[in-house]
Amino acid sequence: MSISKKNTAVISVVGCDRVGIIAGVSTLLSENGINIKDISQTILEEIFTMIMIVDLKDIAIENSDIVEKLNKLSDDLGVSITIQHTDLFNAMHRI
Amino acid sequence: MITDFEILETTRMFNEQHLDVRTITMGISLTDCASATVEESCRRIYDKICKYAGRLVEVGDEISKKYHVPIIHKRISVTPISIIAASCHTNDYTPFAITLDKAARACGVNFIGGFSALVQKGYTESDKILINSIPEALAVTDIVCSSVNVASTKSGINMDAVKDMGEIIKKTALRTADKDALGCAKLVVFANAPEDNPFMAGAFLGTGEPECVINVGISGPGVVKHALEGVKGENLGTVAETIKKAAFKITRVGELVAREASERLGVPFGIIDLSLAPTPAVGDSVARLLEEFGLETCGTWGTTACLAMLNDAVKKGGTMASSFVGGLSGAFIPVSEDEGMIAAAASGNLRLEKLEAMTCVCSVGLDMVAIPGDTSATTISGIIADEMAIGTFNGKTTAVRLIPVPGKDVGDFVEFGGLLGSAPIMAVNKASCSDFINRGGRIPAPIHSMRN
Repeated sequence: MSISKKNTAVISVVGCDRVGIIAGVSTLLSENGINIKDISQTILEEIFTMIMIVDLKDIAIENSDIVEKLNKLSDDLGVSITIQHTDLFNAMHRI
Repeated sequence: MITDFEILETTRMFNEQHLDVRTITMGISLTDCASATVEESCRRIYDKICKYAGRLVEVGDEISKKYHVPIIHKRISVTPISIIAASCHTNDYTPFAITLDKAARACGVNFIGGFSALVQKGYTESDKILINSIPEALAVTDIVCSSVNVASTKSGINMDAVKDMGEIIKKTALRTADKDALGCAKLVVFANAPEDNPFMAGAFLGTGEPECVINVGISGPGVVKHALEGVKGENLGTVAETIKKAAFKITRVGELVAREASERLGVPFGIIDLSLAPTPAVGDSVARLLEEFGLETCGTWGTTACLAMLNDAVKKGGTMASSFVGGLSGAFIPVSEDEGMIAAAASGNLRLEKLEAMTCVCSVGLDMVAIPGDTSATTISGIIADEMAIGTFNGKTTAVRLIPVPGKDVGDFVEFGGLLGSAPIMAVNKASCSDFINRGGRIPAPIHSMRN
């Protein structure tokens, strides 16, 4: 298992549907220079679920304040928002 | 490309099923800290620990943030102090424990292990001093853990040490009676102690280990339980397969964290310890996971079979996920640290004898078991002897962490707080074994130790 050179992350947003979730998250990302590479969104049993793959370029999640900003947005929108480096998913789900 | 299903499954593991990495443990060799005086040795030990582990907590927090993976503890393990302190002319090693405590606090870690001695075949003078220092050392420190290896498959069981440890456990309980014998929660007696174990209270850095090394202990009983909830009523082959897949994923999280910690700290990666470590939190219990197999309560008939299968399947899934597996590697069944175990013991469905049977097929042993304060030292030694025999004669690690709580008896409850949890006092067979314990000497190594 190796740690990849690609600096991408998964942002998952889960919670009650309401106006402005996608707008809120994408605005925050654009303000912080984070490019959305892929986005999928569904409503499962009235639960809003959105998954974004984002390119962090030279931003290190742990050294930036992006987690704190997303946490604040999460409180404002009343949904759960998680950002996790893509390496985690490759490690767990790929042999 | 990772699918949406896999992403949601992962976030649920962390957000709902208590998936975490239990500990990043940095092993630090102290062999170059030995000196002629206690003061100089302690100064070197303090400086070396702070130099190597100064960034451990910071790096752990960074990794935790990058992956949104909780890393519950950062810990340090060191060379057994009985080896390091041997060159000093003193009859009390408590100052070494105090130094370990100070250094660990300066680094901000949760525990430091290695106030230890390896006496499976006999005592050095230094081992005797260390063992006699344990009650005081654990009373005057907060985060120092102590372990004594009294048996091994190659050497047999040192019954003199088993006898002494019964007395030391009693003394430690009395010395920390004001805290419900908390000192005993930081003291473990081993057979076949692993040299690379990241878990407490038994972590120390063996003499075959490198200068400095990163070992990681995983967790995740809640994740495995959740996976089994999806295969209710299906046959046991499916259950085994489901556990293996869950264990693979859990172990990969540990492997990722270990490799990244190793790279950031510039310290080699040692092993992943494949242990399903529970916590007292609801949803993070090995006992509840066993009940998911179809048991009304942990401790009833079938528990040992389920635990054997669980332990084996976790190892099979885990070894596929990491090439370097070591430490204790198996399901932990501590009583006070596991919500379901506490409930089973409190209801009388889990008794000490059944717990002993369960330790034949899993990791560790009689762990965090509170017993009546008036239990005699020889009875404690008898319990230790039985558990050491299971480890020695089956070629596996076993351990005993008993807490004879002064002034408490069956029916009482004891609270330790935090990860150490709480426990009902469990009944102990009161018939004497003192003539056996007082014989002393060694139980010879089993015939299957002759492999050369």
